[in-house]
Amino acid sequence: MSYIAPILPEIIVGLGAIILMMVAAFVRRASLITHWAAIGILIAACFALIGAPQEAGRVFGGMFAADGFAAFGKVIIYLSAAVAIVAAHGWFDQDFEHGAEYPVLILLSSVGASVMVSATDLMMLYVGLELQSLSAYVLASYRRSDERSAEAGLKYFVLGALASGILLYGISLLYGFTGTTYFDGIAAAFRTDAGSIGLTFGLVFTLAGIAFKIAAVPFHMWTPDVYEGAPTPVTAFFASGPKIAALLLGTRVCLEAMGPATDAWRQIVIFAALASIFLGAVAAYGQTNIKRLLAYSSINNVGFVMIGIAAGGEGGGTSVLFYSAVYVVMTLGAFLCVLRMRDVDGRPVESLESLSGLSQTRPGLAAALAIFMFSLAGIPPLFGFWPKLMVFTAAVDAGLIALAVAGIIGTVVGAYYYIKIVKIMYFDAPVGEPYARVRAPVETALIALAAILVSPLGYLLIGPLGRLSANAASVF
Amino acid sequence: MTDFPILSVMIAVPLLAALGCLFLRAEGARWLALIATFVDLALGLMLWANFENGGAQWQFVENLPLGGTYLNWQLGIDGIALMLILLSVFLMPICIGASWRSIEKRVPEYMSAFLLMEALMLGVFAAQDLLLFYIFFEGGLIPMYLIIGIWGGAERIKASYKFFLYTLFGSVLMLIAMLVMINQAGTGYIPTLIAYDFAPSLQTWLWLAFFASFAVKMPMWPVHTWLPDAHVQAPTAGSVILAGVLLKMGGYGFVRFSLPMFPDASAQFVPLVFILSSVAIVYTSLVALVQRDMKKLIAYSSVAHMAFVTFGLFAFNRQGIEGALIVMLSHGLVSGALFLCVGVIYDRMHTREIEKYGGLANNMPGYAVLFLLFTMAAVGLPGTSGFVGEFLAMMGTYKVSTWGAIFATTGIILGAAYMLYLYWRIAYGAARTAEASAMRDLSVREWGLLAPIAAAVLWMGVYPEPFLAPMRADVGRLLERTERVTPAGDSRPTAGNPAAAAPAHGAAAHGAEEAAH
Repeated sequence: MSYIAPILPEIIVGLGAIILMMVAAFVRRASLITHWAAIGILIAACFALIGAPQEAGRVFGGMFAADGFAAFGKVIIYLSAAVAIVAAHGWFDQDFEHGAEYPVLILLSSVGASVMVSATDLMMLYVGLELQSLSAYVLASYRRSDERSAEAGLKYFVLGALASGILLYGISLLYGFTGTTYFDGIAAAFRTDAGSIGLTFGLVFTLAGIAFKIAAVPFHMWTPDVYEGAPTPVTAFFASGPKIAALLLGTRVCLEAMGPATDAWRQIVIFAALASIFLGAVAAYGQTNIKRLLAYSSINNVGFVMIGIAAGGEGGGTSVLFYSAVYVVMTLGAFLCVLRMRDVDGRPVESLESLSGLSQTRPGLAAALAIFMFSLAGIPPLFGFWPKLMVFTAAVDAGLIALAVAGIIGTVVGAYYYIKIVKIMYFDAPVGEPYARVRAPVETALIALAAILVSPLGYLLIGPLGRLSANAASVF
Repeated sequence: MTDFPILSVMIAVPLLAALGCLFLRAEGARWLALIATFVDLALGLMLWANFENGGAQWQFVENLPLGGTYLNWQLGIDGIALMLILLSVFLMPICIGASWRSIEKRVPEYMSAFLLMEALMLGVFAAQDLLLFYIFFEGGLIPMYLIIGIWGGAERIKASYKFFLYTLFGSVLMLIAMLVMINQAGTGYIPTLIAYDFAPSLQTWLWLAFFASFAVKMPMWPVHTWLPDAHVQAPTAGSVILAGVLLKMGGYGFVRFSLPMFPDASAQFVPLVFILSSVAIVYTSLVALVQRDMKKLIAYSSVAHMAFVTFGLFAFNRQGIEGALIVMLSHGLVSGALFLCVGVIYDRMHTREIEKYGGLANNMPGYAVLFLLFTMAAVGLPGTSGFVGEFLAMMGTYKVSTWGAIFATTGIILGAAYMLYLYWRIAYGAARTAEASAMRDLSVREWGLLAPIAAAVLWMGVYPEPFLAPMRADVGRLLERTERVTPAGDSRPTAGNPAAAAPAHGAAAHGAEEAAH
């Protein structure tokens, strides 16, 4: 029993995935059933997080941490997976015969992601990462008939496999030089033998592999193509759940396993953070496709989270969690808006140009998207400002003032393309056909909810959410 | 001191009205906006009436913890903030009135943006929490970006980008400085920070970071270039609020943060401020002289006038600081009125080219009179508000720096040159175009907009005491704080001290007269 309780959420989601796979295989027209069942399973998993999964501590001989940090990440992962399933509902039922299996893959990917955030052992980490990634490769090429989707899947797979190789190489070096795969053991080895070349190499390769998964510069090249090619609901999922899982995994690896070697990894993380912020901001300028632009936006935002990682300690951990939670809301909101961009035949439209004059044809949608854009840019009084402030506070408190200054200048550079979208929607005259109106009350409600959460009303959350994230980060 | 959270209510009224406007049609939105701004004006007057001059430093204090470590809903005002709040609520109904007919497209959104702007401006002046201040300060960018970008002129997109990115860039460094301050002092409560002594070496950096923000907002030469573009492209009411209130946030920032929190650094950077201000006065005045576009001319004159503010503030004496504050209030009224005057004829002819007008004194006598009054106030003629502020600011400057005062004085002369030249070309002579001679005089609505400002300008010019009184104690506190770093003046003016002359000439009174000669 003591083995089951801490991993109850994973069991629920994993078993649910298997059962739903059977349902999808043997029941005709199972799409509707599996979609709603999967959402129910994910919500049940969130409730299952209460109790042992956040208090049991290390289980399975120290390979798996059932702590507050992991539970916080799992809530984000499960909820964003549920939103990705809701978003897909209207997307797949029109022209796709395998809609029923989509939620199954999302569930499997979520199990992998939740193992990632709990892993305190390099092998556990790798297994979780692969489970998450393999499902993700399939999801990326889910529209088989669409060349771009197939290309996205293939690209993601090849580059992902390469990254996994790099990561495994790093893991093998760490294992070779420390004799253990447990984070605690590695930390102890770093404490006694900080200057070891082998350890440093292992650290660099491991971080490189993780940087690929979180799409941090210079391992970001796959992101725009995959985000553009994958079906939009899948892109929304990639940008939220798995990304957060990889970020939290990176946080745990840096702060727990490599905590004593802070000086060794901090410069790497700082470089990746600043490179992500600036490249994400500058490269977004020329984009004409909204999904590519949001891909660069996610690269940019990952950079800010990495400032929190670089700051380290409890403050840094808190800011990472807080940023992740708010970022997911903003990103999912933005992607839900993108899902509404359809022409009269229901085909998705992705060009930025088609947004022209949206404030006149669809004021509500334009207002929501404008809120998400200003919020992603971190302009107060929108709530997206607060997590940015928290990572900068963490950096300042850790004495990294120069990093904070550089990062905040990056927000100004990035603000340009966010306000460009607002400009297109609000300042330009409408061109072409307006988007088709679709009836999707659940999605509309989710967009409205996300917009309210990142509006200034969100500041009411800084107390509870701040306590939750601080509590969760107290493991560091 | 009552329990009624008047400041929160003042922020909430326009905020709720802004939401309400979005659900109304054009006419309903206009009326709702007007009513909301008048309610705020009434609340502002109540604030003024209940403010105890010389009482507690912070009045109408509210404190509502938001649960975060450093962000609390802490409001409270001193006399300086009170005056700027009054300026804001006074100008807002006028802005709504000015947009009554000239804005035709997307009226509900326009009114909503303006009301949001008002709520954020009031928040800036009322905030007692460092981060709350920052949120309001930066939040103002969003509605102004939309106002310029949607309802602006032909080049509006470029101007809106420039406005947004320039001011954002200026401000973000301030945010880092604020985080450092919170880290050092352990609180973001402004009154505590005002009393906190930061290490002088740290002060230098903090001062520079704040300066970057306020100098852009003010704006000071050479980071003023966003202002002419923004003014020219913004709709009339947008220019009024930009010149009237938004620019004052820079000056307010210097008074609230730079001077009391970093006195050592402020003293250290006096030469920098004086040099920039001198350049600003001379350079922008000369630039204003050759403008063909009326709005651009007034925009450049704003930069020159703001230089008086920085001169006065960094003089570290009572005359200078009080003068700077009065210049801020006066400029808020006068430049707002001048932009309205431009708007009045722009609405009729749809051009801002000075060349196209002329001889308006013939067919628009009422307009010519009011325009003349505001022109004179901008020049700083005695009897108008401009004189009081500029005179005090220059007197304060003279006590510290003779050279600074000399450059500042050229601003008066050049100011007279460009303003009178503008007035001459527009109001006197013969009309250069047929349309100009056919324009009708002010309508009742336009009288209603300009007359209250005219009254306020004259009131402040003839009897400035009610405006100075609430600020006096606060200026005193500021001076106490900066006393030990007050720079020694290079011009030590001393009053002639008549001594009794040798008794050989007879009566002592007679002798004093001799000595005075």
